[in-house]
Amino acid sequence: MTSLAWLIPAALTLGMMGLAAFLWALRSGQFDDLEGAKWRAISDDNDRLAMSERSPADDV
Amino acid sequence: MEAALDVTLARQVPNAEVLQTIVLSVPSIVCGNCIRSVENALRALRGVVAARANLTTKRVSVVVDPSRTSTIDLTTALERAGFPAAPLVDNSDTDQAARTSELIPRAGVAGFAAANIMLLSVSVWSGQASDMDGSVKDLFHWLSALIALPAVAYAGQPFFKSAFAALRSRRLNMDVPISLGVLLATAMSLFQTMRSSEQIYFDAAVTLLFFLLIGRVLDERMRTKARGAAENLIGLRATNATLVEPDQTTKAVPASSLKPGMVIAVAAGERVAGDGEVISGRSEIDESLISGETRPRAVSIGDSVYAGTTNCGGSLRVRITAAEDNTLLSEIGRMMLAAEQSRGRYVRLADRASQIYAPAVHVLGLLTFIVWMALGAPWDQSLTHAIAVLIITCPCALALAVPAVQVAAMSRLFNKGVIVKAPDGLERLAEIDCVVFDKTGTLTTGELRLKTSDDVDTVALGRAGSIAAASKHPYAQALTKAARAEGIRIQAVDGVEEIPGSGLLTNSAGFEEKVGSAAWVGARGRNTSIWYAAEGRPAVGFDFIDEPRTDAAACVSELRQAGYLVGLLSGDRREAVAQTAASCGIEDWTAEVRPDQKLQVIEALKARGYKSLMVGDGLNDAPALAAGHASLSPASAIDIAQNAADAVFQGEILRPVIETLAVAKAARRLALQNFGIAILYNSVFVPLAMAGYVTPLIAALAMSGSSITVTANALRLRSMTLPLPNVGT
Repeated sequence: MTSLAWLIPAALTLGMMGLAAFLWALRSGQFDDLEGAKWRAISDDNDRLAMSERSPADDV
Repeated sequence: MEAALDVTLARQVPNAEVLQTIVLSVPSIVCGNCIRSVENALRALRGVVAARANLTTKRVSVVVDPSRTSTIDLTTALERAGFPAAPLVDNSDTDQAARTSELIPRAGVAGFAAANIMLLSVSVWSGQASDMDGSVKDLFHWLSALIALPAVAYAGQPFFKSAFAALRSRRLNMDVPISLGVLLATAMSLFQTMRSSEQIYFDAAVTLLFFLLIGRVLDERMRTKARGAAENLIGLRATNATLVEPDQTTKAVPASSLKPGMVIAVAAGERVAGDGEVISGRSEIDESLISGETRPRAVSIGDSVYAGTTNCGGSLRVRITAAEDNTLLSEIGRMMLAAEQSRGRYVRLADRASQIYAPAVHVLGLLTFIVWMALGAPWDQSLTHAIAVLIITCPCALALAVPAVQVAAMSRLFNKGVIVKAPDGLERLAEIDCVVFDKTGTLTTGELRLKTSDDVDTVALGRAGSIAAASKHPYAQALTKAARAEGIRIQAVDGVEEIPGSGLLTNSAGFEEKVGSAAWVGARGRNTSIWYAAEGRPAVGFDFIDEPRTDAAACVSELRQAGYLVGLLSGDRREAVAQTAASCGIEDWTAEVRPDQKLQVIEALKARGYKSLMVGDGLNDAPALAAGHASLSPASAIDIAQNAADAVFQGEILRPVIETLAVAKAARRLALQNFGIAILYNSVFVPLAMAGYVTPLIAALAMSGSSITVTANALRLRSMTLPLPNVGT
């Protein structure tokens, strides 16, 4: 029974971590565009590249 | 998402505090390449700091520097890239979106709490038969309390708030028994934990919240999706306007920014962006969306034109007028407001059920307490049994009975191109026994077609079609299309002069040729729409009809066979309406009705005991759409009509009307079945609870079992084949 003393806190902590990760993902918009995410993964350019294309100073 | 984007960008860009986020609806984003093209097109613009397309909502959020670019630059750039875009009319759905985003974390917390408490509860239940001693059991109960109390306080808030609001206005809704059950179960479990007793219901309380929150999240989600799609549809119709500045320079502005006194230019083929008065130019205006009339109306200086109409002829200058009290729009608005009030009194199925259910449950609980006390049981045992009754009758299955069915029905219709917007729309649609159609744009396609006959003069048609190809007038375009359909090649004709309100004139073949109205061409006699006259030869007439949708007749006969009363109400001319009514098989039709007369017809049907479904697309239908027991609009409808309608259907055919009715009826049948399941389950477990035989284990099993049964029953709706049921069944 003494193992409960650390097993239960460990289980709860792990659960809390999962919950915190879920809430973080939700807040930071990870679930906003589930359709688009799968396409973005195979797309070559990303935000940073597209931005540097625009300003000639960065092309040097 | 935008917030996160802003923060990253703020680090890279100086004076980030002046940046502004604009959200555009771009319905044509359908794939990964579209995302790229849209984002790149926007990022290439000056003043655009970042752009991010959302494929799910078909919207783009753009962070811009307002001093260097504007919404209109963004939409023109997207249009050039092949993606028609529109700024969202207003963010009316932020409220809705906020509610959904508030529900999901609550559901997450409830899920976490439910899983962990269930883990502890299962240990206790299985420990009952083995070696678990009292102190460990108590420890587990205290741990459950530790998790449950904050979880209930946080996750239960939407229910508590709604129940409180209902009680304050002296009503009962489903949230009242839910809140009471959860709060009493939690409080009693805490009390029993202190007394180290067995009757601990933390798991039941939290699992109940979890199930219900999932139901609510799905419901809100479907609704947000439907509203978003409806807004995107309307957004595209809100066009840009060409503003004429006092110095005669022109500039594109969003139609919503027009103010009275401004002057706009309306080119041929363009939609008029606002209500106003013509100050220069002559043209013809296609007002089918406003009046139902298929024939364009000639306008010249001093005439009024309305937003949503299309300019068919020459270009016009229009001075925007204030929305005065006597304009058509404000009159329609007043009628709609009055008509909508009657619909506000509709009581939803779930609320009707809870009005019977909530008092019944509370009386049963009280009865249990009194009887146990009378039998000489101690007060705390009597109270425990009474609360067990409240928990076991926990409205879980009842509260899921309707939303689960609604979500399944709405998503089925959504996939068929029908967007249900009104929250109680499906329930009202299920009660329909009478369908009233508008003609132009609803029963018909709203496009003109040459009336086919054997003796069409193909030479004249070919020549007329070729000349007409130079014009954007609806008759001219129909003529060209008809000529093509006859297999005639359209030749380019030079020097075609368009005389607004009359027709087309050319001398390119060496002699004068005219295509236009009978009076202008010099023909007389038959009621023919467009004439072709070559110099020195008799004029040839072409009849045009606004053709019914391909399946209109089939749909009408199906509705009639199922016992529906089918009617036709149109603002168009008598003969045109008679023709459409005959070809669709509608006996009950009225022509040349004004908007207020349409409203009266609907009210008269209501007085006769009919629950009518109004299907219409024009401004003139809007009051009738608001007054009907339920209403539908095609996606081509004017925005006011779409707003007034309970649901919007897309596509070229009328079949979605039948599909909507069939799904709505099936949804009501399934909702009633679900109530039946819930009642059956209650009639088994309530006597057990009243007799004191219910343990926390039985409560947990019964609750999950009933919820799953009800949800599974609702999901059947997704795959059922649905014939249109007869009226009254």
